[in-house]
Amino acid sequence: MTFVRPVFRHPDLPKNKLGYTRKYYEGALSTLCAGCGHDSVSGAIIQACFEMAIEPHKVAKLSGIGCSSKTPAYFLSNSHGFNSVHGRMPSVATGANLANRDLMYIGVSGDGDSASIGIGQFVHAIRRNLNVTYIIMNNGCYGLTKGQDSATADVGSINKSGSANMYQAIDMAGLALELGASFVARSFSGDKEQMIPLIKAAMSHPGFSLIDIVSPCVTFNNNKGSTKSYDYTREHIEATAAVDFVPFMPEITTQYAEGDSISVPLHDGSLVHLNKLAHDWDPLDRHSAMNRLYEAKSTGEILTGLIFIDVEAPELHGILKTVEKPLNRLNKDELCPGEQVLKTINAGFR
Amino acid sequence: MHQLNALNDFVVRFANVNGTGSASANTMFAKAIFRMGIPVSPKNIFPSNIQGLPTWYEVRISEKGYLGRREGIDIMVSVNPQSMPKDIASVRPNGYFIYDSTKELHKEFIRDDIHYLGVPMMQMCMDKFADPRQRQLLKNMVYVGALAALIDIEIPVLQEIITLQFKNKEKLIEANFQALEMGATYVREHFKCPLGLRLERRDKVDDWIMIDGNTACGLGAIYAGATVAAWYPITPSTSLVQAFEKYAKKLRVDPATGHNKFAVIQAEDELAAIGVVIGAAWNGARSFTATSGPGVSLMSEFLGLAYFAEIPTVLVDVQRGGPSTGMPTRTQQSDILSAAYASHGDTKQVLIFPSTPAECFDHMAEAFDLAERLQTPVLVMTDLDLGMNDNMSPPLKWDDSRVFDRGKVLDEVQLEQLDKFGRYLDVDNDGICYRTIPGTHPTKGSFFTRGTSRDEYAAYTEDGAAYVRNVDRLLHKWETAKTYVPAPEFYQDEKQSAIGIIFFGTTTYAALEAVDILKEQGVVLDAMRVKAFPFNDEVREFVDAHDRVFIIEQNRDAQFRSLIINELDLRPSKIASVLNYDGFPITAETICNQIMESLIGKLSPAFVVHEAAPPSQSDVEE
Repeated sequence: MTFVRPVFRHPDLPKNKLGYTRKYYEGALSTLCAGCGHDSVSGAIIQACFEMAIEPHKVAKLSGIGCSSKTPAYFLSNSHGFNSVHGRMPSVATGANLANRDLMYIGVSGDGDSASIGIGQFVHAIRRNLNVTYIIMNNGCYGLTKGQDSATADVGSINKSGSANMYQAIDMAGLALELGASFVARSFSGDKEQMIPLIKAAMSHPGFSLIDIVSPCVTFNNNKGSTKSYDYTREHIEATAAVDFVPFMPEITTQYAEGDSISVPLHDGSLVHLNKLAHDWDPLDRHSAMNRLYEAKSTGEILTGLIFIDVEAPELHGILKTVEKPLNRLNKDELCPGEQVLKTINAGFR
Repeated sequence: MHQLNALNDFVVRFANVNGTGSASANTMFAKAIFRMGIPVSPKNIFPSNIQGLPTWYEVRISEKGYLGRREGIDIMVSVNPQSMPKDIASVRPNGYFIYDSTKELHKEFIRDDIHYLGVPMMQMCMDKFADPRQRQLLKNMVYVGALAALIDIEIPVLQEIITLQFKNKEKLIEANFQALEMGATYVREHFKCPLGLRLERRDKVDDWIMIDGNTACGLGAIYAGATVAAWYPITPSTSLVQAFEKYAKKLRVDPATGHNKFAVIQAEDELAAIGVVIGAAWNGARSFTATSGPGVSLMSEFLGLAYFAEIPTVLVDVQRGGPSTGMPTRTQQSDILSAAYASHGDTKQVLIFPSTPAECFDHMAEAFDLAERLQTPVLVMTDLDLGMNDNMSPPLKWDDSRVFDRGKVLDEVQLEQLDKFGRYLDVDNDGICYRTIPGTHPTKGSFFTRGTSRDEYAAYTEDGAAYVRNVDRLLHKWETAKTYVPAPEFYQDEKQSAIGIIFFGTTTYAALEAVDILKEQGVVLDAMRVKAFPFNDEVREFVDAHDRVFIIEQNRDAQFRSLIINELDLRPSKIASVLNYDGFPITAETICNQIMESLIGKLSPAFVVHEAAPPSQSDVEE
């Protein structure tokens, strides 16, 4: 880890359309190990938010417990953050989102947090299509408790102490697809080019957006024989398509397909371009996405990129038919039926 | 044989089969008496089952207004062969056993010290009604009709209730009227009516209502402006959030758009339920959950977070018999300790103890104010008896001038004027700091909420001194809480005895009756009802002012006694217990007996009298 970060910034640093430099989107200094994949993910979140010119106070970042869940402290220090209970971020994010539908929610979790202790909450947040960008920093091991295998570790993957994992791995992207998630992507912390547009697209997507990011643990799971190491991931990575995110531009409104590329318009008017599409795969078709994912699995590839997107599925507020005005801004007059109504209610109980 | 004689003062119990529609007939019975101006207290004694097992409905009628349960059944209405032997055994000597005489009663069911009143309920329904399901339902109305003639319930009052219940369903109204009349006519022709136990119209219920505590809590949450409710179904709390949702759909829908000014999440478990509540409260919405003992156990980790991270959280614990699944459909007050100290580490949680539906309503509204004022969880502790039974209660009251106390929340203007925001700075020296809601100000007021130790500016720290400063401030806040929580209620103007009794929640009904009974026997007691934890100074003063104090509660381990001894640093020998934990609501008899046994070494004489046969004017023929 680094102990000091220079405060000096070049005066001509580029500013986004809100007039903020990238620095404004940074957070506290990371206390994770040097080279930790998670720091690269934090960096990608910072870059994505900077480039999209998001107002930081309109973002809430939530996490559970673990190395990954510490990272919300390391990005967007001008946003409110909530480091909650192990495996329980999805429920806290659900409550937060219900209280104010106008904010953007970034949920950060790890493979221990989401695939083991919190898998129930992960599953149910997807069922409800909670509007959250859900990032799993997936390293196949428990870092803070020193390297135990997690539920996403592949069968036979060898950990630092030399023992092979005996149990089946849970594929979080596959699980999310199965559960009806409306946005499923996978990436690699070593691939910023891909992570940044994916994060932007996820934040623009109204609904549950999963990005399962292979993010190697340099201290406990970067050894030879591990299937979540930097080297292994680089050697086995296979992208679904090159992803590009185009922010809202009024003149581009139609969806089109040009041979090997596709553009998916999101609700806010922005577009996700997918170039060099993998053969026989349609990211708008769940069935096709599942096939592609299982195919990759059987050939030992780590499929990355946007795997599936459903732009029509209503998010939680749509399902619950809540009012446009955030619930946390409704005042007493809008909420309390008053004395006279209560008299009528009383009369019904006599 | 003698017969019991009493006017507006007896207990009727119905023995039914679960799932046969008896609840609606039984409720009509209780409501009719209530509408005749006579205080009434119905209690459902039901199994953890949907169909087939025995279920009972017990109604105490008390002109004096004693609403606690009373031992001894005066009239048993038996329509369940399965529980018949036990039901016959539970009738008081000289009491009445009303049964379906379609089939003859077995010889072994005949006691020679009770009166048998056979009514061929099923036969009459078979003869009169064609539809089998209807026969089943109307059979219940036949016994209500029989009772009406036997104890003088005004038939027009029953008809009025039926008409209201089956509004616009003329055929059903007519059938029910017929069944009612059939029952009444049969007993008039076969028995001397009325019995020695009978009713007479009074004017003793004022403007009171009959409502269950869960509904009152749900309405309280509506009036308090709760917008987010998250829950997991568990008896006996289930109907609470359902009531909230029902009224929200009536009262909280924007007429212009049809959109909801509320959100209800039926969560995957209690952990998620409280997580949703905490997330919503953190983000500035009033939110709550309702659960029972097992749910409180599951929520404990999160309650520690809410305590430590200082997030207003409202939870209703409708207590039932524990531990484990325990007696899920029976009442207890046995979560006192697990709620008061919920979670690991040093935690203390604010508790409120309502004892009537009106208080459920008020305390719910108060819980939201307190939670936001104190930035901490507030647990409203009711129980199955209060939550699920129709309780007579003063009407629910709301003052339109009342404002929601949202506590110390900085708005955009206040943040703009602030140099540096410290989430955990004790600016006012009351242990309560200022908080901000996400999205308030573009550059000021953001902070990182965490369950780990932090400094005054919400930055993570493992510095021991900073940790101690923080947890000591939380203790300071706890002291402040004592000035905000509801004060105890006293039932005497000034001290009149060296002996005091303390009770809370639903124990109140029986406790106040016991005070009256013991007074008649020359034992005068001072009474205090505690409404909240932490205990405020008045609680300590009451204990200090008495030589001996009885704490009446409904659990085995005298949990409230432990709590008060621990928190007020009391001498244990001074504090005695009156306990009841068989799953039935406590009775005045239990209280009197345990107090008298402790004071003079023998049972209260008041209840010895009960067992002797009272003189009678005439016998009733069968």
